Amino acid sequence: MKPAPFIRHVPKTLDEALKVLAEVAPEDGRILAGGQSLVPIMAFRLAKPAHLVDINEVEGLDRLHSDGKTLSIGARVRHGAFHKNVVDNPLGKLLTFVGHHIAHYPIRMRGTFCGSLAHADPSSEWCLVSATLDATMIAKSARGERTIKATDYFQGIMSTALAEDELLAEVRLPLLAADAKFGFNEFSRRAGDFAMSASLVTYTVKNGKIADAHVGVGGAEPSPRRIAEAETALNGQTPGDAAFRAAAEAAASAIEPLEDHQTTGEYRRDLVRAVVRRALENSQS
Amino acid sequence: MTEKFVGRSVPRLEDRPLLTGQGKFAADVCFRGQWTMRVVRSPIAHGTIKSIDASAALALPGVHAVWTADDVAHIPPIPFRLTGLKALEPYRQPVLASNTVRYVGEPVAVVFADDQYVAEDAADLVELDIEPLPALTDATDEAGIYEAGLTTEPSVVRKGYGDIDVAFRNAHAVVSLELSVGRHTGVPMETRGAIARYDAARDVLEMHGAAKVPHWNRDTMAKMLGRKRDSVQLYEGHVGGGFGIRGEIYPEDVLVCAAALKFKKPIKWIEDRREHLIAANHSRQQRHKIRAAIDADGLILGIDNEFFHDNGAYMRTHAATVPDLAAAMLPGPYKVPAYRAVGHIRLTNKTPCGTYRAPGRYESTFVRERLLDAIAAKVGVDTVEIRRRNLIGKTAMPYTLGLETLGTHIVYDSGDYARLLDKALAAADWPKLQTDLRARRAKGEKVGCGVAMFVEKSGLGPFDTVRVEVKATGGVEVITGVASIGQGVETVIAQICADALGVDYKTINVIHGQTDRIDKGMGAFASRVTVMCGEATRLAATKLRDKALNHAAQLMQTSADRLDIIDGDVVRIGGGPSMPLSEVARALPEGLNAEDTFESAHMVYPYGVHVAAVRVDPETGGVAIERYVMAYDIGKAVNPKLVEGQIAGGLAQGIGGALLEEFLYDDSGEPLSVTFADYLMPTAHEVPPSTILITEDAPSPLNPLGLKGAGEGGTNPVGAVIASAIDDAIGIPGAVTVLPVTPQRLKALLK
Ligand SMILES: Cc1cc2nc3c(=O)[nH]c(=O)nc-3n(C[C@H](O)[C@H](O)[C@H](O)COP(=O)(O)OP(=O)(O)OC[C@H]3O[C@@H](n4cnc5c(N)ncnc54)[C@H](O)[C@@H]3O)c2cc1C
Repeated sequence: MKPAPFIRHVPKTLDEALKVLAEVAPEDGRILAGGQSLVPIMAFRLAKPAHLVDINEVEGLDRLHSDGKTLSIGARVRHGAFHKNVVDNPLGKLLTFVGHHIAHYPIRMRGTFCGSLAHADPSSEWCLVSATLDATMIAKSARGERTIKATDYFQGIMSTALAEDELLAEVRLPLLAADAKFGFNEFSRRAGDFAMSASLVTYTVKNGKIADAHVGVGGAEPSPRRIAEAETALNGQTPGDAAFRAAAEAAASAIEPLEDHQTTGEYRRDLVRAVVRRALENSQS
Repeated sequence: MTEKFVGRSVPRLEDRPLLTGQGKFAADVCFRGQWTMRVVRSPIAHGTIKSIDASAALALPGVHAVWTADDVAHIPPIPFRLTGLKALEPYRQPVLASNTVRYVGEPVAVVFADDQYVAEDAADLVELDIEPLPALTDATDEAGIYEAGLTTEPSVVRKGYGDIDVAFRNAHAVVSLELSVGRHTGVPMETRGAIARYDAARDVLEMHGAAKVPHWNRDTMAKMLGRKRDSVQLYEGHVGGGFGIRGEIYPEDVLVCAAALKFKKPIKWIEDRREHLIAANHSRQQRHKIRAAIDADGLILGIDNEFFHDNGAYMRTHAATVPDLAAAMLPGPYKVPAYRAVGHIRLTNKTPCGTYRAPGRYESTFVRERLLDAIAAKVGVDTVEIRRRNLIGKTAMPYTLGLETLGTHIVYDSGDYARLLDKALAAADWPKLQTDLRARRAKGEKVGCGVAMFVEKSGLGPFDTVRVEVKATGGVEVITGVASIGQGVETVIAQICADALGVDYKTINVIHGQTDRIDKGMGAFASRVTVMCGEATRLAATKLRDKALNHAAQLMQTSADRLDIIDGDVVRIGGGPSMPLSEVARALPEGLNAEDTFESAHMVYPYGVHVAAVRVDPETGGVAIERYVMAYDIGKAVNPKLVEGQIAGGLAQGIGGALLEEFLYDDSGEPLSVTFADYLMPTAHEVPPSTILITEDAPSPLNPLGLKGAGEGGTNPVGAVIASAIDDAIGIPGAVTVLPVTPQRLKALLK
């Protein structure tokens, strides 16, 4: 449980960080953010990066700020930042509610939002949030900066559009409509475990009917994503059990479930049906 | 003996160092110049070792040596401590695999290096060429070939009494079930660890990090390494949990000792968690085919219990202990006029097994109580009534079961099972609980409750010896041959000594786990310490008290019967000058001490009842435990708080086996549960609040305090009672046949 030898770099500025990253990336140099995923993997020697670019002292990356349209989350913003409401918008409440499902308190005080997105565990709550809300990722490297849409960003189990020399500097989440409703539900075998399936939904109600439904599912497929079939089943319907069940059913049949030694595809579908319906159900309260 | 401390929940003596961070666990033991040992483990479940190339590892700076089987060819395989059958001997584990590897995690080489980092780097560089062989992973498959001339079924445990064939011939009905308990084990917070050093000046080999059975391990280590018994000493520090699995002799213990002798350097090995989950003993995995012959009222006429015990790749120190106990303890608290157990001991290409808290009983209680529930369903009575009908009555005590285990005849020494059932049901408010749950079920909730009963065993002999000494400088020392795995030995033994001698328990220092302090000792297992060592302490302290009074009488110019010992002072009954015990000790050239031994050929049998209420989530298959009641009669609780702690902790482990913990393997024998992300231990969130009822209705007649052990009753029936409650919740009697009840398995049952 001791990592293989590595060299740790501790840049103070973003430019410096990107420069070192560009240099060491070809030798499996990696960014160290909260370390809550990377350090265990190194301890198991599943990863043996020769260099770590520790970004915990890089100025400016701790920025968490809203311009009235989007919420920007910098690379050093920890899960724990969302224990409090960070923006006067339903999004703030959403992040607080969802964030509490991530791991346990000590892990939330170290792990970062952007680190979760970079790590891209299929069950990550922040990845689900980003996929459901159509987040934009800001990737920076010594070569320059680019923005990546959520639909392009997630590329499978622990795989993203980031290049090896790119730092995910910021994630931008669009603020929700002031009257937006959201609901979240996940199933895990123990409190704090990675979810075996999770769902986040948002929508507004216009003239008694659901509009602009976003139905995200995580933990069930290699990457979290919006499920168009479920959204179609909701838009234009009266919020309530019938519409929610139809959407849950649509999501359950739309997914291509992950299977592993513990979990059959059939069971994963059962869970998706349950978490989507429950997310919708608790969106009303 | 007036009871001033015994029976009271006095604070634990051992807490101060532990709570202030001053504890000394295995990893805290360091010696100057020590080398770290790292084990290279087989990545293959079954295969032939073609070659091991350590040259790259040896070339790494800081690496001192790499050992393979050839380097330890002189060391015999690890012998059996309990229930060792001749037929099992060829299946003992060598300290390093020589030709064949038999499970993923088997030690094939060891690296000795400056520190843990280098050692792990070097271990990665040791190149193994192992040619895979087909792996056997299911103990219920037809027995295979272990090696030339040996099958994977080395022995069959057979036990029984009465005429089982007649019982089935005369049966009104027969109830048959197939039931499985999953592979899981004790996972102490502290992993294993061993630090050995050789002191050439004294010609003594020391091993630190010992636990559970230091004396047996000392004797065995000396034999294995060809040394005189007194030239090997074992030392137990603080131990972060035992549960049966910690403290047995494992290959790593032998390797550090052998290396310390060879290299004349202190050698330290601390297990990491991944190693722990593949290398330390697993337990529990059994599949039972059970049948009961019953009459029209559901009375049991006979039980036929055939089972397959998956012992993993080798027979370790426990040999046949677990299947033997599973066979012997299955009848439990019920009248079973005829009984037959046929337990197939099977080897597979998985981690070898040993005992885990309530060994053989977690399994057999699950099976028996499932059977009782099935009988209830068959004759159409409720689960409580079927148990009442079959319970052994109080007047039948002591009750000779007609079976043997661990070298003793099973005689239930005392018990009033029906009374405890009543008390447990009252504590659970059973009629109201059932009404409430019925009402909630009518509204569509899947909620239900269950009850399970069991008889435990404890206080295994054959002896314990204790020496008590009043120190001339003040205070009392109690030297024992038992061990402390964290259960509060120091406190409980001090309480008993304090009352017998007449001192404050806080002035007593209890020594345990040090082979150089007392010649013989049995250690801590089988819930034996409070019973065996407790009574030996009472005997020795009583002897010491008499001795102290006699000497004090001379010094104080009076007669012993006019004196008493109160709070460490010898006082005159009725008043007058007194004398501290230490002063008596100072006046005696040979000091003030006494030794005594308690011998016992029989175990004592506590018994219990658990009641659980659960809620099943029909959409996900999740289970939440809403209410949990545990009633346990242990004859006499020396320290009720500590007993509660034992029971509450035991429950957590029982819940693990019932709902969460399972070592899974793929078909090639690759272990799939090698981290805490895959092997799910219950956390504070998953363990519900519980009600604990400790009763003292049936003191043991086998020792004057009436003591019975309390270590395993929190764990024993948890799988059984959860299964019963789930059946009730989903309205399908007999639905649960496999533990753990994972959400996916339960969801499948609901379809
Ligand atoms: C016991 C336990 C339970 C957990 N449970 C959950 C859970 O329920 N839900 C959940 O979502 N997570 C869970 N986690 C993971 C946790 O949330 C991590 O914090 C998170 O996945 C990674 O964030 P980090 O900042 O710790 O990243 P690190 O561990 O530092 O890095 C992870 C990976 O991302 C890369 N990386 C990090 N930051 C950046 C960046 N800005 N740009 C580019 N690459 C970057 C690193 O190089 C590395 O490859 C759990 C962790 C533990 C230990």
